[in-house]
Amino acid sequence: MGHATFVVRRLLHGAGVLLAVSLLVFAALYVVGNPVELLVDPQADPADIARTVAALGLDQPLWRQYLHFLGQALQGDLGRSFIHGEPALGLILERLPATLELAVIALLLALLAGIPLGLWAGLKPRSLAGRLIGAASTLGFALPAFWLGLMLILVFAVQLQWLPPGGRGATRELFGLPALSLSCLTWDGWQHLLLPALNLALYKAALVVRLVRAGSREVLGRDYVRFARAKGLSEARVVARHVLPNTLIPVVTVLGMEFGGLIAFSVVTETVFGWPGMGKLLMDAINALDRPVVVAYLLCAAALFVLLNLGVELLYGWLDPRVRESRA
Amino acid sequence: MARPLMALPFASRLSAVVARALGKAACAVFLTVVTLAVMAPTPARAAPLSIGLAADVSSLDPHYLNAAPNIGVASHFFETLVAVDKDGQLVPGLAQSWQAINPTTWEFKLRPGVKFHDGSPLTVEDVVFSLERPASLTQSPGPFTGFTKAISAKKVVDAHTLRLTTAQPYGPLPLDLASIFIVSKKAAAKATTEDFNSGKALVGTGPFRLVKFRRGEAVEMARFDGYWSDKPAWESVTLRILPADAPRLAALLAGQVDMIEGVPGADVARLKKDARFRLEQRVSWRTLFLQLDLFRDASPFVTDNAGRPLDKNPLKDLKVRQALSRAINREALAARTLDGLGVPASRLVAPGIPGHGEKPAAEPYDPEGAKRLLAEAGYPEGFRLTLHGPNNRYLYDEQVLQTLAQFFSRIGIKTQVETLPLAAYFGRLRHADFSAALLGWGSLSGDFALRTLLGTPDEKTGWGAWNWGRFSDARVDADIREALASTDAGRRNRAAETAMNQAMQQLPVIPLHHQVATWALRAGLSYPARVDEFTFAAQVRPR
Repeated sequence: MGHATFVVRRLLHGAGVLLAVSLLVFAALYVVGNPVELLVDPQADPADIARTVAALGLDQPLWRQYLHFLGQALQGDLGRSFIHGEPALGLILERLPATLELAVIALLLALLAGIPLGLWAGLKPRSLAGRLIGAASTLGFALPAFWLGLMLILVFAVQLQWLPPGGRGATRELFGLPALSLSCLTWDGWQHLLLPALNLALYKAALVVRLVRAGSREVLGRDYVRFARAKGLSEARVVARHVLPNTLIPVVTVLGMEFGGLIAFSVVTETVFGWPGMGKLLMDAINALDRPVVVAYLLCAAALFVLLNLGVELLYGWLDPRVRESRA
Repeated sequence: MARPLMALPFASRLSAVVARALGKAACAVFLTVVTLAVMAPTPARAAPLSIGLAADVSSLDPHYLNAAPNIGVASHFFETLVAVDKDGQLVPGLAQSWQAINPTTWEFKLRPGVKFHDGSPLTVEDVVFSLERPASLTQSPGPFTGFTKAISAKKVVDAHTLRLTTAQPYGPLPLDLASIFIVSKKAAAKATTEDFNSGKALVGTGPFRLVKFRRGEAVEMARFDGYWSDKPAWESVTLRILPADAPRLAALLAGQVDMIEGVPGADVARLKKDARFRLEQRVSWRTLFLQLDLFRDASPFVTDNAGRPLDKNPLKDLKVRQALSRAINREALAARTLDGLGVPASRLVAPGIPGHGEKPAAEPYDPEGAKRLLAEAGYPEGFRLTLHGPNNRYLYDEQVLQTLAQFFSRIGIKTQVETLPLAAYFGRLRHADFSAALLGWGSLSGDFALRTLLGTPDEKTGWGAWNWGRFSDARVDADIREALASTDAGRRNRAAETAMNQAMQQLPVIPLHHQVATWALRAGLSYPARVDEFTFAAQVRPR
């Protein structure tokens, strides 16, 4: 199977997934309720409500509403938000930079802290530091994100007043593009970014520590590592050339998916820190039965996961020659 | 003008899940640690004025979605012909005066010398345009058309005089017009909702101009120096969107904002003792009550003690309803369950609102009498009942229901509680899926509230849109009709009060409490607490 066929097949799978997601979400929200009943002026009389429902096409049977949506979607129109009155896709893309920025910084923090600590703990499992790292990573898993977030705010914003308690701060546009207005380009933005990124990163860092520690301990016992040592290679070279790359395979797989989660569903951190990202948009949309936004959002999230999955599989091939060989 | 309590779910606290997590567990932890925070240094002064709002604004188009958070923010940029003061009374806004010149014609005199943000003068054409625009926004799920539909004709008399005709005599027209913002025809004639959000079409006469709308995060505004009335004390103001309780409080404690609305109940006592902050509190227009199924013979959530359906619906019996009402210790409910953020209610509108009456008889707390009434009604052993309610809508809504369940169980009505997220709740409520259910209502006039909540449901008149229990009383209907048709305020209020007294004697719903709204401010500030719970930056003053 050639490389291109592999990618095309994966993309076709992806399209099937998207179709299934759209149908499921559409039907689920239809069952939950009618947004007009939730949003209309409480004093509106039944005739007013019927008129509004008809204007929005919500009086049609579900299958017809879905086919209409599908027809529009194929032309690139995912509908208008009920509550914002603007195109749903635009609302999502408007929030994307904030979320992406937070997720990337959190992931980098997690890797920067997690890989060295995990390696240390894997290479010297019996040392005091190794044990401490293991214990700390357990703690990182166990602390609920909202609690940790509030603690960070209390200590660094309320008590010490070093950092702001929330919000996004000043942004600057990268290459002059409004779609790329980032906080990490300004000092004020960094101050706002640090706590939420730390909050998101902690769990991921704990995860990386665990994966790297377990992976490196396993790899250390392998024949090729013993051979490498027998050949007289330095310990540093053994770790850098043989242990680390082999350890990273599970890390890439897991983090690829985790990154998707960071982008699509970091609702708790966004809520605690008032970070205007996509997760909050989704929650608000679900609460208001704002179907166009929910459907568009979950379609984007599903597409993201499909692409990440593909990216992860391609990355494997690069990290692990055996995968590359079997695919060729 | 029930400014939609029900219409801001998307913004209300948060999703059920997160609100639970943050609202309860986290708040508990948070509060224990706030004690530490109290010893923190004095918050840095956030220049110039920054306010933490408890709900998100979905659009700056003042005619798009009739939801309280949107109206609250729009009020900074736009004004209405008739304004509402902090006590809910109608006062002159962009109209200097108004009067009914005959039973179906109202004449409004425009205030001279009012300027829009772009410097152009306010004209009667802008007013006519603004009254017509809501009907053109057909894609809104919560349109403002309910406030303009009574108007059957508009006549421009001169540059400052407008006559509005209604098909029938209609007293509440000025109140309806307190909900329609006046926009600039020039700026908004071809504008879309996006144009308002970008600021292009956002040209009003209000005390502030838009600087920047950062959706989901903040609204930045600057003082409009050409404003016709008292100018705000602040040159620039930021409204920050902080829907979750604990982060909103943290923003105040850290000095990031100068003021917050919707102070979480558990923090009120603590903030009261903290010299760095001041609280402003008052009884709000939001009244909570239990609606009851009065029309089915077999109500879906009422059974006998063995769980079998009853042959008749006990809620149809006035004695049973009186027993339910007397079983409730409203003082305890307000003081303990609600942490003092409620006052006992016996009417469907708040004290001071037309239709409430001066001092209506309080609902007595009398569990022994309640048991006797139940026995007289033929239920000496009680029955089983399930109460339904939302779990993320009103102050402590779930706890309120649990408290009621205990009160009812004490008189022998074994009561369970089931709560749902708002998105699912309102639809089912309006389809009469329940036997007894919690609803909150905010209204500036008793006749409006009664028409929608207790008027005989009728497709033609449009009455009783939320009267799913199908209470119906010809005398109450007649009094509501008289109130609505009275263009004389005194007569209207008297009729509304009569209707309210008539209706409440029969307890078609069980009134519970009026909510108390709370703002917290930096000690150097003051705010006239508003009955409608809105937060207006122009009214925040340094002390």
